Amino acid sequence: MSFVNTLINGHNGGFAHEGMTPMQKIALRFVVLGVLFYGLAAIEGMMMRVVEITPVPAIDDTHFFSIMTVHPMVGVFGSTYMIVFGAFLFLVPFLMKKPIFSLKLANASWMLIGGGTFIMWLAGFIFAYSPLYTLYWPLPADFSQFSVIGGLFYVVGVALIMVGTFLYSYNVFKTIMYTPEGWEQQPSMELFKDAIGFKAIGNFFKGKKTEHIVDLPVAAISRGTIDVGLNAVVITAAGVLLLIYMGGALLGSNLEKTWVDALLYKNIFWWGLDLIADGLVLIFVAGTWYILAMMITGKDLFMKNVARAALFVEMVVSWTVWSHHLMSDQGQSNLLKVLSGEMVTALELVTQGLAVYITLVTLAKARPLKMTNELKFLLGGLLGFMLAVPAGIIQADLGMNRILHNTQWIIGSHVHVAILVGLTMTLYAAIYLLLPILTNGAKLYSQKLATTHFWLHLVGGIGMGSFMGMAGIDGMLRRSIYVDGEYNTYMILAGACGVLLLLAFAAFLFNVVMTIGVKGLIGIYSPAKSDTRDCVPAPQEA
Amino acid sequence: MADSIDVLATLKLVYGIYAFIAISLIAWFGFRITKPKDDQTGPKPAYFWTYIVALVVIGTGLHFLTYAAVPWVPIDLNRADIEVDATFDITYEDHQMSFSSFPMQVGCGEHVVFNATSNDLTYGFGIFRTDHTMVAQMQVVPGSTNDLMWKFDKNGTYYVRSTEYSGPKGARMVARDAIVVTGCDQDDVRAVAMGAQQ
Repeated sequence: MSFVNTLINGHNGGFAHEGMTPMQKIALRFVVLGVLFYGLAAIEGMMMRVVEITPVPAIDDTHFFSIMTVHPMVGVFGSTYMIVFGAFLFLVPFLMKKPIFSLKLANASWMLIGGGTFIMWLAGFIFAYSPLYTLYWPLPADFSQFSVIGGLFYVVGVALIMVGTFLYSYNVFKTIMYTPEGWEQQPSMELFKDAIGFKAIGNFFKGKKTEHIVDLPVAAISRGTIDVGLNAVVITAAGVLLLIYMGGALLGSNLEKTWVDALLYKNIFWWGLDLIADGLVLIFVAGTWYILAMMITGKDLFMKNVARAALFVEMVVSWTVWSHHLMSDQGQSNLLKVLSGEMVTALELVTQGLAVYITLVTLAKARPLKMTNELKFLLGGLLGFMLAVPAGIIQADLGMNRILHNTQWIIGSHVHVAILVGLTMTLYAAIYLLLPILTNGAKLYSQKLATTHFWLHLVGGIGMGSFMGMAGIDGMLRRSIYVDGEYNTYMILAGACGVLLLLAFAAFLFNVVMTIGVKGLIGIYSPAKSDTRDCVPAPQEA
Repeated sequence: MADSIDVLATLKLVYGIYAFIAISLIAWFGFRITKPKDDQTGPKPAYFWTYIVALVVIGTGLHFLTYAAVPWVPIDLNRADIEVDATFDITYEDHQMSFSSFPMQVGCGEHVVFNATSNDLTYGFGIFRTDHTMVAQMQVVPGSTNDLMWKFDKNGTYYVRSTEYSGPKGARMVARDAIVVTGCDQDDVRAVAMGAQQ
């Protein structure tokens, strides 16, 4: 088969998108957009890497910080949210063997999150709105540095993302709890309680265990979804606050910034953001590891009751750790710094360590296993968090935070290793695993490209995070510009690793496009011919 | 007495060793997982509980260790009860730093307080050596108390830089040779005068 033919039609004829269910198409719509947004975030990251090495005339300070503002937002909302939500909206009904509550809401979710991410990105690209994702008060309302219209684009974009997120959360919980037409009445409240973990906690302390009615993977998804919803509430509230100030500026009245207490705002905002950083990521990732381990081995999870309880603990921990972001804020009370910032945060080492242990033992018990793409990416994901979580615990210490806060250590050794290696490799494992299920058996175009993708991403991700981290140890700040080559050795090495990450993504994208073909890609976004609400076609239809 | 150079060098060494062990462990696991094994029972419960206890001890023990070994931790937590030898006021406004005295002359071993106030945005107050390694930093939040108590044990000249992003205009807020420490037996060879300019 010629190259052009494969490119258009896919490997071995690609996949018959005409036979796909609406649910398969929706999941792939999320994933394809998420992968494309990942590419955008990777290019943005590489642009910043270049500026960190040498000044680029086309990227002045304003442009640089605009990129820095949208880069994590595109990465988290445009890419991670999209891939995770797509996978979970498919997996919840698939695992429960139950139709999704609403296909319309699921379609609305990807459109709103995708569209919102693009509008938010325009706020940086066109209007240079750059208060960073942290939005420290009153910077986002500083209209002497930023345009009001840029702020409006930003808020509208984020608002659409949050609406899409609410719809996703609602759809997930309704799917778990509702009674489909023709089914006998489902115990909604019992399903809800089991999904969020009340039953698991009770069982942990009881001699006689109550039987679970929600499988562990669905319970993990539910607990992460709670954090997603709570985070959306906080971000929406911040958006409303900004709208009030923008409205004032548009009407020619600059509202007093001191109406809002900057430290209180920072506490509330970090409480919400940590629901993503420490809650959603760790819970969803642990849940995804469990799903992957069970699907790869075909066996039950090792210590599944402990895993359930740990997921609930992680959810509660994620509500109480925000103070580790305020350990250099001298107005913050010492009690909060020590209890929430240091001690509760230390529990994340335990909960995440438990997830690593349970996943590895589940895999080890089923050996010998074939080193498939999903298995090797899963191991990469585990390694990413084994490196990144201790780095986070180290900086959540009063002694270390005083000399590490806001340095490249935070964003390199902790954040980028957690997201690029831990989270992204876990998501790639899920994509490689789900690809044949979502495409009704499409065969990967090239195993060599998949292997190349793995090694380039692993080495690039760990390497970039490490060199950034070393620069941070030597004092390099994360939100400043250096023009005299102060950290050039580290930055050139980090940039080289960034190139590996870009090449890894190019290999993956090319492999996927050649697997399903341009026709198949377009077909994903065309209406499904089947009107079934099942996840996969019935055997005779497939 | 340990300073940030000593603490960060220890971090680099300890974390480097840990990272090597973690990478090796996963590589070994990845190799072993493809090989057959007769006994497919899980590990003994004793291993599991040892592992959990180790995680708890390491996670919380780090904080007790730094409280005992890193001099600025007890100073920071108890600064309300420690007698102050000198206070320096730093005011932030319109992406400018202004100092109550410049340079800030500090005697060796004195407990000095850097009291920063912001009249508009959130900034940062960071003390750096000439080779750009960090001595200490704090956030400078408007409407909030931002007081950093510090004790210098080496002679040196340090620069101050805003460590928090306050918009594109604040990307290079630096005050060279802002702190001069004298009277110690030992010099900080990484902290020499750069030529004062703001």
